[in-house]
Formats: sequence, C-alpha cells, structure tokens
Amino acid sequence: MTTQQDEVILHVKNLKKYFPIRRGVFQRHVGDVKAVDGVSFDVYRGETLGLVGESGCGKTTTGRTIIRLYEPTGGNVLFEGADLANVRGNQLRHLRRKMQMIFQDPYASLSPRMSVLGIVGEPLEVHRVASGKEKKERVAELLELVGLDPAFMNRYPHEFSGGQRQRIGLARSLALNPDLIICDEPISALDVSIQAQVVNLLEDLQDKLGLTYVFIAHDLSMVRHISTRVAVMYLGKIVELTDRETLYNNPLHPYTQALLSAVPIPDPFVEEKRQRIILEGDLPSPANPPKGCNFNTRCPVAIDTCFEVEPEFIEVETGHFCACHLVKPQGRVVD
Amino acid sequence: MSVYAAQSNSDHLLEVKNLTTRFYTEDGVVHAVSGISYNLEEGGTLGVVGESGCGKSVHALSIMRLIPIPPGKIEAGEVLFRGRNLLKLSDDEMRHVRGAQIAMVFQDPMTSLNPVLTVGFQITEALKLHQGMNDEEARDRAGELLAMVGIPEAIQRLDDYPHQFSGGMRQRAMIAMALSCNPAILIADEPTTSLDVTIQAQIVELVKRLRDKLGMAVIWITHDLGVVAGLAQRVNVMYAGRIVESGPVKEIYGNPHHPYTLGLLGSLPHPELERGARLFSIRGEPPDLVGASQGCPFAPRCDYAVERCRNEMPLLEVTDPEHLVACWEKEKVGKTQ
Repeated sequence: MTTQQDEVILHVKNLKKYFPIRRGVFQRHVGDVKAVDGVSFDVYRGETLGLVGESGCGKTTTGRTIIRLYEPTGGNVLFEGADLANVRGNQLRHLRRKMQMIFQDPYASLSPRMSVLGIVGEPLEVHRVASGKEKKERVAELLELVGLDPAFMNRYPHEFSGGQRQRIGLARSLALNPDLIICDEPISALDVSIQAQVVNLLEDLQDKLGLTYVFIAHDLSMVRHISTRVAVMYLGKIVELTDRETLYNNPLHPYTQALLSAVPIPDPFVEEKRQRIILEGDLPSPANPPKGCNFNTRCPVAIDTCFEVEPEFIEVETGHFCACHLVKPQGRVVD
Repeated sequence: MSVYAAQSNSDHLLEVKNLTTRFYTEDGVVHAVSGISYNLEEGGTLGVVGESGCGKSVHALSIMRLIPIPPGKIEAGEVLFRGRNLLKLSDDEMRHVRGAQIAMVFQDPMTSLNPVLTVGFQITEALKLHQGMNDEEARDRAGELLAMVGIPEAIQRLDDYPHQFSGGMRQRAMIAMALSCNPAILIADEPTTSLDVTIQAQIVELVKRLRDKLGMAVIWITHDLGVVAGLAQRVNVMYAGRIVESGPVKEIYGNPHHPYTLGLLGSLPHPELERGARLFSIRGEPPDLVGASQGCPFAPRCDYAVERCRNEMPLLEVTDPEHLVACWEKEKVGKTQ
C-alpha cells in the first residue's frame, strides 16, 4: 500500500459549492447555502479516503461536486491532469468513465423499470463500450464479481433485498473499469449483518482491481475500519485530515475529539468507564455560518480569537492537517 | 445486573408472556412477533436489539395496543402491567394507561409531532387529559418539562411549531411529552436512529439522567449494539419475531451463546482490527416472515446448524442464571478467544 501512496490521483483545491437562495417574484438572489466552502485534499492511488461528518456538513455535496453532478462554485478538481471543474463535452464524458459513484439509498438509485441487465449494462451502452451479446457477457462477469448470480440478470430491482441492490449499484459502477469510486454512504441504509458483507466486498474489490475510494459516511467506526486516511468535515469545511491511526488515537481538533467520544462502543465494560464530551446545541445553518471559526458556537474550548478570525487549514505534523487556532504546528496547545 | 437479580423474585413491573402478533396481508400471514416472554423491573432498563423486520417495534406497539387492526392482530399472550393484563382492558381503560403510565417515544421526531399545532399545545394536551390540569397549570408544567429536557428559553419555545425545532430538539420535545405524566415505563423505539452521533449522545445522556432522577423503567429498542452497551442492564436480542438470547448486558456482549448474537457482534468494526481485516459477516439475508417457520429461523444463515435446527424450533432456555438462549447447539457457540 505504501508504494502506491505517492501518486496523487485526485487533487481537490479550495472547492466551493454554494446553493443560491432565491426569494420573491423575481427570484432575487438573497443569499447562499454554503454547502461546501473551500475544501482542499489529495487522494492517493489505491487508498481509501474516508470523509466523515454529521448530516448537513457538506460531505455528500463534496462527493457530488467532485464528480460534476453539481457545478462547482469555485475551486479546482484535478483528476489525471485535467481540471474537472472546467472540462466539458467529450472530455468530461471520457473522464467520467474513470470515476464512478455509488449512492446511499439502494431503493432510490436503481430504476424500478429496468432489469439488472439494463441497469448494469447502461454505462456500457452510453459509452459505446459494448452492446448485445458482448454486453451480456460483461454484465454476467460483473455480477459474479460482486457476488450475485448472473442468472438474476433479467430480474428487476424490487426482487432484490437492500444488500443485493447495493451490489447491483456496485456492479454498475464497476462496468467501465473506473480508477476512482465515490461511495456515498453505501452501507448506512443496510442492516448491521449486511453492512459487513458489503464492506468486505468493497475491500476485496479494492485489492483485486486496485480501486481508489472516497468513502463518505457518518458512521465513524466503519470509516475507521475501511479508510487509509480520514477527513472530518464540519459545516462545509474540512477541520482535520490525517491517517486513520493518528486520527483515532490522537485527534487534535475539538470537534473530532467530541465526535469520536460521541460514538457508542459496543462493549459494556468500556462504556461503563467512558467519559464523554457532550457537545451543546446543534449544527448552525450553512446559510448563515458563524463569524470566525464555524465551530465556535459549540466548541468547549473556544477563545476570543475563534469568534473573530477563521482558522487556516494547516499541516501541524507530517500528513496531519487541522484547522484550529488552538492547534499549532508544534502540536496541541490546549487539550 | 444487581437490580435485576435483587428483584427477580418480587412482582414485576411488566410481564410479557407469550406475546404473539400477526398481520393478515394479501401476501399471506406475517408472523411479526411469535411468542415472546420477558419481565421488566421497576427502574430497570431493557435493551431490545435486532435488525429491521425482526419484530422489535411491533412488539412495543403490541404492548401499547397501537397495532392497526386489521390487518394486525394480537393472537395470544398477556401483557401484565403491575399485574393487570393490558390486552384485556377496554379501549377507554387502555387510554388511561397509554401516555400516563406507559409512554412511548418514536423513531422519527418529524412525523410524530403534529406540524400545525404548537409544541406547547401538544405537551399540554396530555397534561390536561391525564392530569386534569387547567390551561395555566399545564402551560407552567410544559415549560418545566421542556427546561428539564434541556431546551433553552423553554417558556418562549412553547409557542413554536415543530418546524422551528431542530431534529434533536424535536426528539427532546417528544421525550418531554412522554414524561409529562411521570410514566412508570418509557418505551423508546429507535429514538436516535435519525439523529447525528453528537445529538444521539446528547439524547442518550438525557434519558439516562431522567431515568435515574425519575426512577422510571426504560425499554430501548434499537439496532445499534453500541447504544445499548452503555445504557441497558438487560438485553433481549430478537430475530425473526422471537427472542433468541436474553441476559444481563455484560453477559450478552462478553459471553454470547447464540450464533446470531455472536455474528452481530462480530460484524461490527472493532477499533483494534487492522485496516483491511475482514469483518465477520452473517451470510444470506434475514428471512421473510410470511408463513410459519418450522425449525430455527436462523438455521439457513447459521454455521452451527445441524439437522435438528431445521426441523425443530429451539426454546429459550436458561444457560446461566439470568442468561437465556434459544439454540440447540448453544453449548458449542461462544467467543473463540
């Protein structure tokens, strides 16, 4: 794994996505929901980058903007040398073959009127890779790859369970041999016993096909399991980014610390002794983020500077990025 | 554990005996809950754990007699609350139990509050109905309740509508409403599932604090084994409408004897696992509950299954004092380490 880590496959720089708020008869532009507000990170070939945060923090929007399902408001997304934020037409279509997405809801993301053959084979048709008998063979191969019986090819999505549908979605995303797959909460709609099946499958496929994943989730324990590195998002920004070991053993940002401490551990012996950091209040609205650091309304250790100046996202240790006034490059100042 | 052990011989607060609920649908008879029995003590906390469709919510709705009839029907069993069988009460008598003595908090705080009525109105409604308060008394009490569940400027917020509350606040308001009549039992049906982890932690702490302060018993229904680990004294693990394992929380997590419990615990990512290490996964899918099953419903997915499992339904039997398991092969099942 370390040998592959040098090549940057995806470089995201200061990515922004604002959704305009319009009011009145003339749809006057009165403000913006800053769903993603200046996010920068690299993804290395062969790794899994976990993107975690609470609902409304912009993690899904980040994933969708990278793949150009949304037009970015600003910033760059460099993928294999091309700036995805600016390419169009044929070049965009060509690049999209290399990056695919799997979605959260296995019930909404498959057309109920299409057979499995149609769903998994559609990317092959659209990109004129294969059709007819050849397509059928490829679809059979893909279904086998994700652990489904190729004989199910002519069935429709309603005949499958949630876990099986997620496998169909995965087969579709693999159809064009992508390099990068953005997994948007692929397991959160599934039952616990099925989640493990899908996670194991994702890991097997990564080993077999050398895939790179951006794994978006709110379940920190699963992200810890699957990721090489983890980025924590809060209100449209990344607050901390580092490898999984460091993040879970030595979190520096007060939000990361609180988030980790909020995750219940399935062990009554551990839970008995645990001290929790309970955050007060809720996530502020991304249409009207607080001045200064956007975590200052809930931060247990905020100082005056936090209400005035926005902290920069800096590298505090090698490969460990954090955006907090209280965390200086020497290490943490305040516990 | 001690709470349970100390009181296990005295009269129970709630005794569920052989509760069986079925739904008569066009596709056939759905055996949602098939003969479950357990006890709950005063002030005790019971976690009910299982995946979707295992009957954990239907069992709670059956206790509250909130099952839609038809298509549902409580076929058999008794629910003894302080010795009184709730299933035999008239609708009118049941209405005095529901909300007043046994209260329930539902999963989705957005759909369980009425959007066109103020939060204050919805809390005072129960107070006026069950406790005969007048408008003013009820409003004061509602303000106290909202403050108790940690909503700032509680009195002013009484005039807000549910959409003006965030998800976490709505669930707090639901809890305030449930606690308004000092119930003996609070049934929480996946109350934190739709909430974020930091908000979930807030709600769990809140319920723990209120439970200890008010001395009520709690039945916490969830699919999240983590939440139950820190909250409950006893756990019932449900699968396909049955309790497959039941015991003190530390026994269930530390010494599971049903292959399903073992599989569920194994399928959770553990902090000590290496990256890329395989998670234990239970093969196959949860069963369809249409039609009666003859053998153990878990047998098709079970690594321990033998011929007997496919033909004969295992009974919930005691292995250790306080620890019950429904498995023919339970002696062979256990953590390997």
